[in-house]
Amino acid sequence: MRRLINRHPSRRMKILLGALPFILAVAIYAIAADARGADGPDKLMPGLNAITSAMSRLMFDIDRATGARLFWADTWASLARLGVGLGISAVIGLGLGVPVGFIPCLRALFEPFFAALSLIPPLAVLPILFILFGLGELSKTVLIVFGIAPFILRDVMLRVAEIPREQIVKAQTLGASSWQMILGLVLPQVFARLISSVRLSLGAAWLFVIAAEAITAEAGLGYRIFLVRRYLAMDVILPYVLWITLLAFAMDYALRQAHDAIPWTRFKEGG
Amino acid sequence: MMAVIRLDNVSKSYGETVVLENVSLTIEDNEFLAVVGPSGAGKTTLLRMLLSQEAPSSGRILIDDAPIAAEPMPDRGVVFQRYSVLPHRTVIRNVMTGPEWLAAPFTGRVMGRARAALKSRARNMLDRVGLGDHATLYPAQLSGGQQQRLAIAQALMMNPKVLLLDEPFGALDPATRRAMHRLVLGLWAEHKMTVVMITHDLSEAFHLGTRVVAVEKRRHDPHAPHRYGSVITTDFDAKPRLARQIARAPA
Ligand SMILES: Nc1ncnc2c1ncn2[C@@H]1O[C@H](COP(=O)(O)OP(=O)(O)O)[C@@H](O)[C@H]1O
Ligand SMILES: [Mg+2]
Repeated sequence: MRRLINRHPSRRMKILLGALPFILAVAIYAIAADARGADGPDKLMPGLNAITSAMSRLMFDIDRATGARLFWADTWASLARLGVGLGISAVIGLGLGVPVGFIPCLRALFEPFFAALSLIPPLAVLPILFILFGLGELSKTVLIVFGIAPFILRDVMLRVAEIPREQIVKAQTLGASSWQMILGLVLPQVFARLISSVRLSLGAAWLFVIAAEAITAEAGLGYRIFLVRRYLAMDVILPYVLWITLLAFAMDYALRQAHDAIPWTRFKEGG
Repeated sequence: MMAVIRLDNVSKSYGETVVLENVSLTIEDNEFLAVVGPSGAGKTTLLRMLLSQEAPSSGRILIDDAPIAAEPMPDRGVVFQRYSVLPHRTVIRNVMTGPEWLAAPFTGRVMGRARAALKSRARNMLDRVGLGDHATLYPAQLSGGQQQRLAIAQALMMNPKVLLLDEPFGALDPATRRAMHRLVLGLWAEHKMTVVMITHDLSEAFHLGTRVVAVEKRRHDPHAPHRYGSVITTDFDAKPRLARQIARAPA
């Protein structure tokens, strides 16, 4: 009898095993909802039928107040906020992190300030953002950037510090100026890490998008969830949560693919 | 092109710890100097000062009677034991890097006919070090010996007056080492440069060097081991000066 840790499932078995918890969760939910719904429709645990009909209304019917299909309008609004916030954060992280991480005088000037900045809880400054930038898109974007950029910035600076001293000395013996080292040595090596750190900050980015939408918005996945909460509309909230999860998974996957598409990161050092 | 390196009473300490004490040494033009010594003796520290990666605490370092620049410069090439090449560039682009930086200050990339010319120069250099068939690979795809050959090729593209090597073959197996020795001796003769190589392998030092110096602590205070630094304890002419002069003679 082989030890448990040496028994590996086959490829097909692996897929099957991986799918099992999902299937079980759905099945358990369906059975439980069915049992609860025996004496009339249940608001807290809507059956699969109720969910499907609520969702098809949101996905295919045009809402009279806004003239849009709400589900897609919500998706687009949230994704746009997320994308703009992450994009600006990445640009700030790279644009500030590389020079500040690489040039000792800039480092001495900014590092303590950045460290302090990254400790401010972003949600605590949300009221300040609303006061300064109003209730529109700007304050939402600033919230995401405020929450994400310090993390990416620090990660980029850490990566810059990890570049072996030998490489930097060698570059100088090849005649490189500071600018040439930034362009030809630091940026390309840090870029791979930037993708990873954007990927790691996806969860936090969603948190800030939903938090901002919960407070004020006209559309958005988080906005919808918090709006229908008043009517206990679990038939909308549950599929929305699943949809957000699916979107997050797809973005995580896409960023991982983007990272692995950089050829030299695929080979490990040494060998 | 001459390159006489003179160390004039050079000392180095880090805080209380004295690493090197009053090292004076003249390295003749086209010398192949091998530096040996126990681990922690300060060999790497000596090389870092020759590179201007570190400044001496006191004393001066001169090349051809002029003080060396205060930062690493292309007149002194270097190969470390590891991390001497750019992992994100292919083999051929690694070799092209130095000349590209020289020719294109802003973009760091030469174009058109200049690029074709540089590429063929880089190809010749790769052929010379035996990496001709590996031009499009990334450094991490090479073996340890191949990576070191790449690092040497990359340094030689700048035609340095001085080539500094810090235990460049320390991590290689004996057969690869022997091949590297032949290559380095050949390149040393062709490029007419002064070489300073650090090694902890005495036989390697005597095989390659025209001169061998040992760096170690002469005095030791058991109650304060940091008080005394290393000095040059032994200095051999490993090979008759003839060897250098033959190498130096016009072909
Ligand atoms: N940056 C530094 N700060 C403090 N001590 C150092 C530093 N660099 C080297 N040393 C010390 O100097 C001594 C010599 O180191 P090194 O030149 O690397 O020795 P070797 O190359 O001969 O093995 C060691 O004791 C080391 O701890
Ligand atoms: Mg050393």
